[in-house]
Amino acid sequence: MEPFVFFIFSILTLGGALGVVTTKNLYYAALFLIMSFSGMAGYFVLLDAGFLAAVQIVVYVGAIAVLILFAIMLSRKVMTRNEPLLNRQWGLGLATAAIFFFVMLAVPLNVKWPLSNEVSSGNELVQLGLAFLGSYVIPFEVVSILLLVALIGAIILARDTSDVEVE
Amino acid sequence: MEKLLLLTPLIPIFPLLAFVIIIFGANKNNKLSAWLAIGGIGLSTLTSWLVIAGTIMGGHHVQAEGWRLPIPWMPTGEIVFNMGVGVDGFTAAMLFMVPLVCLLIFIYASEYMEGDPRYARFFAYVSLFAFGMLTLVIADNLLLLFMAWEVMGLCSYLLIGFWFEKTSAKRAGLKAFLTTRIGDVLLFAGMLILYSYTRTLTFHELFKPETLEMLSGTMMWGIPVSALISLLVFGGAVGKSAQFPLHVWLPDAMEGPTPVSALIHAATMVSAGVYLVARMLPLFAIVPDGALRWVAIIGAITAFFGATIGIAQNDIKRVLAYSTISQLGYMMIALGLGGFLAGVFHLLTHAFFKALLFLGSGSIIHAVEHGAHHVNDHHTDPQDMMNMGGLYGRMKRTAWAYFFGTAALIGIFPLAGFWSKDEILAEAWLQWQEAGFMSLPFWAWLAGTLGAFLTALYMGRQIGLVFFGKPRTEAAAHAQEPGNRMTIPLLVLAFFAATLGFINVPFIKGGWLHHFAGEVHAASHALHLEAIPFQVSVAVVSSIVALGGFFLGWAMYRNLKAGQQDPLEKMLGPVFTVLKNKYYVDELYTAIFIKPTVKLATLCAKFDYDWVINPIVNTVGRIGVVSAIISAKFDEIVIDGLGVLGTARFFKWTGKELRLTQSGQVSNYLLTIALSSLTLVGMYLFFIRM
Amino acid sequence: MTIPLSWWLISATALFSIGLYGVLSNKNAIAILMGLELMLNAVNINLVAFGRHITPLEVTGQIFAIFVIAIAAAEAAVALAIIIAVYRQRTSINVEQLDSMRF
Repeated sequence: MEPFVFFIFSILTLGGALGVVTTKNLYYAALFLIMSFSGMAGYFVLLDAGFLAAVQIVVYVGAIAVLILFAIMLSRKVMTRNEPLLNRQWGLGLATAAIFFFVMLAVPLNVKWPLSNEVSSGNELVQLGLAFLGSYVIPFEVVSILLLVALIGAIILARDTSDVEVE
Repeated sequence: MEKLLLLTPLIPIFPLLAFVIIIFGANKNNKLSAWLAIGGIGLSTLTSWLVIAGTIMGGHHVQAEGWRLPIPWMPTGEIVFNMGVGVDGFTAAMLFMVPLVCLLIFIYASEYMEGDPRYARFFAYVSLFAFGMLTLVIADNLLLLFMAWEVMGLCSYLLIGFWFEKTSAKRAGLKAFLTTRIGDVLLFAGMLILYSYTRTLTFHELFKPETLEMLSGTMMWGIPVSALISLLVFGGAVGKSAQFPLHVWLPDAMEGPTPVSALIHAATMVSAGVYLVARMLPLFAIVPDGALRWVAIIGAITAFFGATIGIAQNDIKRVLAYSTISQLGYMMIALGLGGFLAGVFHLLTHAFFKALLFLGSGSIIHAVEHGAHHVNDHHTDPQDMMNMGGLYGRMKRTAWAYFFGTAALIGIFPLAGFWSKDEILAEAWLQWQEAGFMSLPFWAWLAGTLGAFLTALYMGRQIGLVFFGKPRTEAAAHAQEPGNRMTIPLLVLAFFAATLGFINVPFIKGGWLHHFAGEVHAASHALHLEAIPFQVSVAVVSSIVALGGFFLGWAMYRNLKAGQQDPLEKMLGPVFTVLKNKYYVDELYTAIFIKPTVKLATLCAKFDYDWVINPIVNTVGRIGVVSAIISAKFDEIVIDGLGVLGTARFFKWTGKELRLTQSGQVSNYLLTIALSSLTLVGMYLFFIRM
Repeated sequence: MTIPLSWWLISATALFSIGLYGVLSNKNAIAILMGLELMLNAVNINLVAFGRHITPLEVTGQIFAIFVIAIAAAEAAVALAIIIAVYRQRTSINVEQLDSMRF
C-alpha cells in the first residue's frame, strides 16, 4: 500500500516540478509549483511528519505560491511579449543538472546508513514545541527576527516611490 | 519558596546598572545620579527582602542546607568549575543588613555630598561598592567572593582618596590599598592551595566531611593543610577587617567622606573579613587548637588595644574608627572561640549602630562646618572634638540618635549591643569555666570586658565633649541641624540599633537567629553551635563596667573648657601620649618596612640608571641603529623592488586579464557555481570515498 | 511496508536536479525563484527522511526543515520585492538584461 501511495505522491511532486521548468507559460508554471508542493506535503505525511505537512500546505501553497502568482500578475506585461523563457545556456544547464543527478545517485545507492528501527511515539508536535522553546530557542528567536527584517525589507523594496514626491 | 530565591542573582545587578548608567550617561546630572544610585539600591533592598521571605518560608531546609544556583564557568576538560550564587540563613541575615544600611547611607549622602564637584562620581563609586558587597554576600564559592572582595577594595581606595586634592587623603587611600593588599595576597595564596588539593572552591563542597578530613589529614610543611589554608584565609580577613597588625589603614581611611566611612569602613566592607572567617569556619575548626586559636588571640589583642587607642584620640571620626577596629576584634574573638552565631550576631548589630554613629558624626561635622562658615572661620578643624561642645541644644535629633547608637555600642540593656556583645562574653566565660584559669578563653573574656569598659569610657568622653558643656569655639556655637534627608536615616538606624537585638534574645526559643542562621555549619562538629544560655553574671559585670566607664568619661569631659588640658592626659601622663600616638605602630612600620623598601628602591634605581641596565640598554640601542640602517637598504632594494612592487605589478596584470570573465549574467555565474560544486563533490566521491 | 530511505533520497535528488535545471536555464527571474523553491524543498525532504529513518525518536530533522521553510519564506518575500522593484525600474524581469554589474 505505502509504495503505491509513494508513487502517487512522487508523480505529483516530480511531475509538478518538471511542469514548472518545462512549461512556456508562467501561470502554468506557478500552478504546477502548487501541485508539486502538495505532493511534497503528502511525502511528509508518509514520513510521519504531519505537522510539517500542514506547514508545507500553509506556507508554500498558501503563502509563497500565491505570492509568486501575485508577482507574475504584477509583471504581466512581460508575459505578453511571448518570448522564449529559456536563456542561451539552457543546454549546459540541462547537462549540469543531469550530471548532478547521476553523481548524486551514487550516494543513496552506495552508502550504508546507520538505520534505526525504532518507532517514534507519535507526539512529534509536543516534541517540536519543547525543542523550539528548549534547545533551539535561540535559532527560533533569530528566525523570528529574520522574518521581521525580511518583512520590513520587502515593504521598503517594493514600495512605489514614484508618487512619493516632495510634498 | 524556591521561586523567590531565584531572584537572588538580581540583587547585585541593580547597583551595577546604576553605576554603569551614571558613568556612561548621567554623570553630568547630579540629581539624576543620586536618584539612580538610591533607586538601584532600593530595588536591591526590595529584592533581598523577597529573598529573605523565601528563606523564611523555605524553612529549616533552606536555612541550614542552603539553596544554590551553580553556573558552570570555564568548563576546561573534565574539571567543571562552578561559580554561582547561594542563599542560606547566614546569607539571608546579611542580606537584611547590607542593602538596608546601604540604602539609608545613600539617602544620607545625597544631602551630605551636596555641593561637591564630583557628586555624581561619588554615587557611581558607592553603587559599584554596593554591587561588590552584595555579590560577596551571595557568592557560593571563594573565587566569586574574592572578585567581589577586590571590587570593594578598589572602591574603598577610590573613595578614601575621593578628595584627592588633599595629600593626606591621597596617601590614606594608597595606604589602605597597599595594607589590605598584603591580606589579599595571603587569601589568594590560600585559595590556590585549597584549589590544588580539592579541585573546587564552592563552599558546600569544601565542607563535606570527607573533604575536610582529607585536608586535615594531609600535611604540608609540617602542619595540616587545613590549618595552613585557614591561616592564609585569616590573613586576608585580618587585612580587610583591620585586625592587628594590619589595622593601621582604617583610621587613616577616615579621610574619605563620612558616608563612606559609615558604609565601607564601619558597616559593610570591614565586616567582610569577619564574614569570610565565619563562612570558612568549618575549615578553621577541623583541627582542634589550630587556626581558630589564632583567630581568638588576634581578636582579643585587637579588641583591647583598639579600645585603648580610642580613648586618646581627638578626631571624632578616628575615635569611631578605633572603636570599629575593636568591635571587629570582638567578632573575631567569638569566631575564634567557635561561637559562630555570636560573631555573626555582633556583625549585624554592629553594622547598624556603627553606621548610625558615623552618620551622626557626619551630621555633627556638617553642622560645625556650617557654623564655621557662618562666622567666617576657616581654621577650625570641624572634626576635632576639642572644637565642639554644647551641641545638644542645637541638634536634638542627631543627639538622640547618637545617644541610642552609643548606648547600643557600649551595651546598655536592652539595646542591640547588649545582647550581641554579651553573647560573645558569655561564650568566653563558659569556655573559661571549662578550660580553667589563665586559659585562652579567660584572656579573651578579660580583654573583652576591659575593652567594654574602655569602649564605654571613650564614648562617654565623646558624648561629653561633643554634646555637653559650653561651645568651645564660635563654629560650634553656630552649628545647625542638617536637613531631613540626613536626619531621617539616622532615626531609622537608631530604631534598628535599639531593637535589632531582639532577633536573638536567648529567652525566646533559645534565640531566633540561632535557628535561622546558626545551623549553616551544622555538619561541622568542632563548633559550638547550640545557643548559649543567658549568663546573668556576665551581663551584670559588663553592664556595671559599661555604665561605670560611660559615666566616668562623661563626668570628666562634660564641662571641659576651651584650651584646658585633657583630664585623662593629666591622669595617665606618658601612657596617654603612647596611646595618642597609637603605640607608634605607624612609626614602627615606617622604620621597618617603608624606609628599607624606599632604600631598596633607590638602590634598584641606581642599578638601573647608572650602573648596569642603562649602559646595556644603550649598547643594544646602538647595535639596533646600525642594523636598522643595513636593513633599510635591504628593504629598498629587495623587498620594495621585487616583493611589494613586483606583487602589485603581477596582480595588476592578472586583474586586467581576468576581468573579461565578468559577463554580468547571473545565469552564467550560477552555472559556474553549480559546475564547480559539482566538480568538488565528484572529486570527493570518486577520489576519497572510493 | 515502509518506504526505504534510498527511495526518498533518489526522489529528493531528482527534485533537486529539476530545480537546478530551472535555476540555470531560465531567464525569467520569477521562474528562477520557482526553481530555487524546488531545490529548497528537495533539501527538506532529505532532512525529514533522514530524521525519520536514522533518529526516529528525535525531531531534529523536522526542526531544521521548519527553519528552512521559515528562511525560504523570508527569501521569497525579499526576492519578489526585489523583482517588483526591478520591474518597476526597467519594465523587465529578464535577468539577461540585468547586466550592469560587470566591468
